[in-house]
Amino acid sequence: MFDFLDSPQYNLLGAFWLTVQLTVFSGIGALVWGTILAGMRVSPVPVMRAFGTAYVNVVRNTPLTLIIVFTSLGLYNSLGITLGGGGDIESINFRLAVLGLAAYTATFVCEALRSGINTVGLGQAEAARALGLGFFQVLWSIVLPQAFRSVVAPLASVLIALTKNTTVAAAIGVAEAALLMKEMIENESDAILLVFAVFAFGFIVLTLPTGLVLGWLSKRVAVKR
Amino acid sequence: MSSVLYDTPGPRAKVRNALYTVGFLVVLGAALYWVLRTLGDAGELEADKWSPFFTDSRVWTTFLLPGLVNTLKAAALAMAIALPLGAVLGIARLSDHAWVRGVAGAIVEFFRAIPVLLLMVFANEAYAMWTNVDSGVRPLYAVVTGLVLYNASVLAEVVRAGILSLPRGQTDAAQAIGMRKWQVMTFVLLPQAVTAMLPAIVSQLVVIVKDTALGGAVLGFSELLRQGDLITVNYSNPIAAYLFVGLLFIVLNFALTGGAGWLERRIRQGGRSSGKALTTEQLEELENVGPEPVTGRGGETGRT
Repeated sequence: MFDFLDSPQYNLLGAFWLTVQLTVFSGIGALVWGTILAGMRVSPVPVMRAFGTAYVNVVRNTPLTLIIVFTSLGLYNSLGITLGGGGDIESINFRLAVLGLAAYTATFVCEALRSGINTVGLGQAEAARALGLGFFQVLWSIVLPQAFRSVVAPLASVLIALTKNTTVAAAIGVAEAALLMKEMIENESDAILLVFAVFAFGFIVLTLPTGLVLGWLSKRVAVKR
Repeated sequence: MSSVLYDTPGPRAKVRNALYTVGFLVVLGAALYWVLRTLGDAGELEADKWSPFFTDSRVWTTFLLPGLVNTLKAAALAMAIALPLGAVLGIARLSDHAWVRGVAGAIVEFFRAIPVLLLMVFANEAYAMWTNVDSGVRPLYAVVTGLVLYNASVLAEVVRAGILSLPRGQTDAAQAIGMRKWQVMTFVLLPQAVTAMLPAIVSQLVVIVKDTALGGAVLGFSELLRQGDLITVNYSNPIAAYLFVGLLFIVLNFALTGGAGWLERRIRQGGRSSGKALTTEQLEELENVGPEPVTGRGGETGRT
C-alpha cells in the first residue's frame, strides 16, 4: 500500500528538504529585513517612517501568490534579476521564491517587533537617552534586545505561517512538498487519501516542534515585569 | 515630532536628519530609475502595453471584473460556510464533555497545521474522484473547500477566544436565573462574543481574499490573479497587468482592513458587549501556534 512512497519517481524527502531550505533562508531574510523596517517605522526621519508604513501596508495586503508569481514573471523575465549569477532555472526560481517569501514575511516580523518595542518600559529608553545615547544606540543596544525577548511567541507564529506559506512557491515550479503532492495525487489517483495523509503528516512534523520549542523559549526568555 | 526613542531634534540633529532624508531619497530614486530604465529597455513601458487598461474596455469586462467577481464569490462563500462551522467547533472546544473537546480540538489543530494549498489540491482531486461535480466549477468547489476547512479552524479559535474574553459573571448570572447550558450560550455568551469578534472576523476575510489567488495559480480557478495571467497572454504586458491586479487586491484589502479598524473603534466606544474587541494579535497571545497575524495595529498606546 505504501509502495509508491519508495518509488524513485518521487523524492519525498528531497521535496520536504527543499521546503525546510525555503523556510530557513526566507526566515533569515525576513528577520533581517523586518528588523530594518521596524527600525525605519520608529526612526526620527519622516521619509523613512513613511516608506516603512507604506511598504508594510502595501505588501501585507497583496496576496503572497501574486508576489511569488511576480518575482518570476516580473523580476526575472522583465527585469532580468537572477539574484547571484546564472545557475539553472530551478535554482533561480528557488532564489526568487526566497526573495518573495522574505519580502512578504518581513511585514509580519516588522509589525510583531513594533508591538514588542511598545512593551519595553518607557524608563529604559528614557534612561538610555539621559546617558546621551543616540537613536541607533537606544534602539540597538537597549530597546531591541528587550523587544526581541518579548516577541518570541508572535515570531514563532510568523515562522509557522512561513513554513506553510512556502507551499506557494509551487506556483513558480519550485519542487517543494506541495508541487510533489500535486504530481503524486494526480498520478496515484487510487491512493489520494494516503498521499494527502503523508504530506499533512510531513507538515505537522515540521510545524509542531517549531511551536513547542519556541513556545518554551518564549517563556524562558520573557522579561519579567 | 518627538518620541521616547529619541530626543526632540536640536539644530545638529535636524541637519543630520535632513542628510538621512536626502540619502534615503537618493537611494530610493536610483533604484526606481534603474527599474524604469530596465523596463524601458525591455519595452515594458511602451504605450500600447498600458493603453488597453484605459482604452480597451474588454480588458475590464472580460478579464479583470469577472476575476474580481470570482474572487469575491469564493471569499464570500468560504466565509459564509466557515463561520457557522467555526462557531460550532469553537463552542465544542469549550464543551463540558472531554471527548467533544478532544475531537473538536484535534480537528482544529490538524487543519490549522496544514498549508491551505494542500487542502485545495486534495479537495480538487477528491471531487474529481468521488463526485460528479462538473469540471468547470470544480476549481471553485476545491478552493472554497480548502478555504473553509482552514478558516473554520482559525475562526473556531476566534470564537473560543471571544467567549473566553467575556467576564465570568455573565455565565454565573445566567446560570443563577436558571438558564440551561445551551441557553447561556445562545442568549448570553454568543451574542456578546460575536460583537467582540467582529474585527477579527473581518481581518480573517482579508486572509481569505488573499488565499483565493492560490487557487488561481495552482488549480486554474479563474479569479483575479488568473485573469491577470490571461491579460499578459493576450497583450504580453506582464508588468502592467500584475500592477493593475495587485492594485485591485490592495484596494479591496485596504477597504476590509479599514472596516475592521472602524468596527474595533466603534465597539470599544459603544460598550454594548461586556467583552473587549478582539484583534487577531490578541489571539496570538492566547495561543502560540496561531493564524497569520493580520491586524498589526499593535502600537495604539505608547510611543512612536
